[in-house]
Amino acid sequence: MKIVKKATAGTLESGDVYVELSPSDSGNEIELQSAVLLQFGDAIRESAQDVLRQFEVENAKLKLIDQGALDCVIRARIETAVLRGKEA
Amino acid sequence: MSKVVKTLREAIELAGLKDGMTVSFHHHLRNGDFVLNMVMEQIAALGIKDLTVNASSLFDAHTPLLEHIKNHVVTKILTDYMSAGLGHEISRGVMEKPVEFRTHGGRPADIALGRTPIDVAFIAAPTADSEGNCTGKLGKSACGSLGYAFADAKYAKKTVIITDNLLDGTLSEPSISGEDVDYVVAVDAIGDPNGIVSGTTKITRDPVGLIMAQTAVKVIEASGLLRDGFSFQTGAGGASLAAAMYLKNVMLAKGVCGSFGLGGITGYMVDMLREGCFRSLLDVQCFDLKAVESIRDDPRHREISGARYASPWEKDAAVNDLDVVILGATEVDTDFNVNVHTDSNGFIMGGSGGHSDTAAGAKIAMIIAPIMRARLPIVTDRVGCISTPGSTIDVLVTQKGVAVNPARTDLRERLKAAGIPVRSIEELKQIAEKITGVPKKPPKGDRVVGEVYYRDGTLLDSIYNVPV
Repeated sequence: MKIVKKATAGTLESGDVYVELSPSDSGNEIELQSAVLLQFGDAIRESAQDVLRQFEVENAKLKLIDQGALDCVIRARIETAVLRGKEA
Repeated sequence: MSKVVKTLREAIELAGLKDGMTVSFHHHLRNGDFVLNMVMEQIAALGIKDLTVNASSLFDAHTPLLEHIKNHVVTKILTDYMSAGLGHEISRGVMEKPVEFRTHGGRPADIALGRTPIDVAFIAAPTADSEGNCTGKLGKSACGSLGYAFADAKYAKKTVIITDNLLDGTLSEPSISGEDVDYVVAVDAIGDPNGIVSGTTKITRDPVGLIMAQTAVKVIEASGLLRDGFSFQTGAGGASLAAAMYLKNVMLAKGVCGSFGLGGITGYMVDMLREGCFRSLLDVQCFDLKAVESIRDDPRHREISGARYASPWEKDAAVNDLDVVILGATEVDTDFNVNVHTDSNGFIMGGSGGHSDTAAGAKIAMIIAPIMRARLPIVTDRVGCISTPGSTIDVLVTQKGVAVNPARTDLRERLKAAGIPVRSIEELKQIAEKITGVPKKPPKGDRVVGEVYYRDGTLLDSIYNVPV
């Protein structure tokens, strides 16, 4: 899936994650800020890459501001951002 | 000879404060306190260095201390509680010597025993007379009880009272007697009334918190302790207050008349007193305006000292007569050890206060906590810091069930018989981890920045710096 416009999903509430997805021309790049970075940073990056792979997103900049969201929430927010930012 | 001196600076000089000495402060003005900062500013201006600060608690209002630490005016801190603003910097390693944490019972005990002698005590007093008799019950900065300052006034070599309501005549019912006071200083304001009664003194509306509170009260009912003469303490956290509200309803419905409510006192405990749930309140610190009014007007609402509240060496310490205490936790481990000192990343953000004192004394020490906060499970293999030993904790109440300390088989059987969902603490850990995943342990530094002393004076645990 090609990301053609900037898209966002989620909120900055505790237990949620705010996702910003924008087009790029140099592969995927993930920027992560998290309240639980030390405990779950690797797991969050892995899930993010997994969702991008699943939707065949290859050129996108993904910014995550995580407030301790559960894995299912993180995946759902990224999926929503992908569907909002893809070609019509 | 009058004890009244014109300026704080003069009082500090008259008290003979010199390099390397110890000064002390109490925390009844909480985050609204001006006194610690104004005293330390004068001390710094006088060029005095290498001081130890012994404060019953430190709040974010006291962050100017960081500047005095940097300039070596303050080189050692003793306290029972340190909020996150200061705690983060201590955890980053801004001080050479570790902060010594004590409990609200251990602090006055160590002061009385001479283990932590005080050279000059600076006592913020909402009302005082020229002899140094003072009280927290009157004045524009009224804070109610002055319980934690009693030991300071009694045992410090010199005691300075700082007040913003200096009476012309004599104070008729002082909390701290002028016989322990050397100097009295009048200032414009000792604190900000909004900060004095600030804090988490509102009942939670979070359904998870309410479920936990209801379960907590079922546990108390099932324990067999809820009978005439029942005694109780609860914290000022949202779920703890909700538990007090539900407990009040049960006590009134059953016609149970308790003996005393203890602790930091909130308006909810005052309501329980007024409606006949308790014969008295024993108050070491007031958390809100309603408590301040009550301790002033109602003789059943009594001010007690920190030692009378919780000292391990006091024969009639109130904690020893407690039936039930409800406490919070940032983490609990599978041995029931509780952490209230550090956050999930290892930064200092609290302290015992009376946590481990009441846990040791009460027949049932109950922790209320959700099984997870955001993505972090509350139950771990080993807490980041042992604030209260698991051997003194009897039961953990969560929204997914109740875990009873294996040493309390009697209690477990009672709760089961009452139909309360009892699980092992390992089970609660697994339930949370199934939802959150298993968290990695954040790395610890290699330098001790805090030492946690148990109420009997033994070293319970050490807090390490957070590598950043």
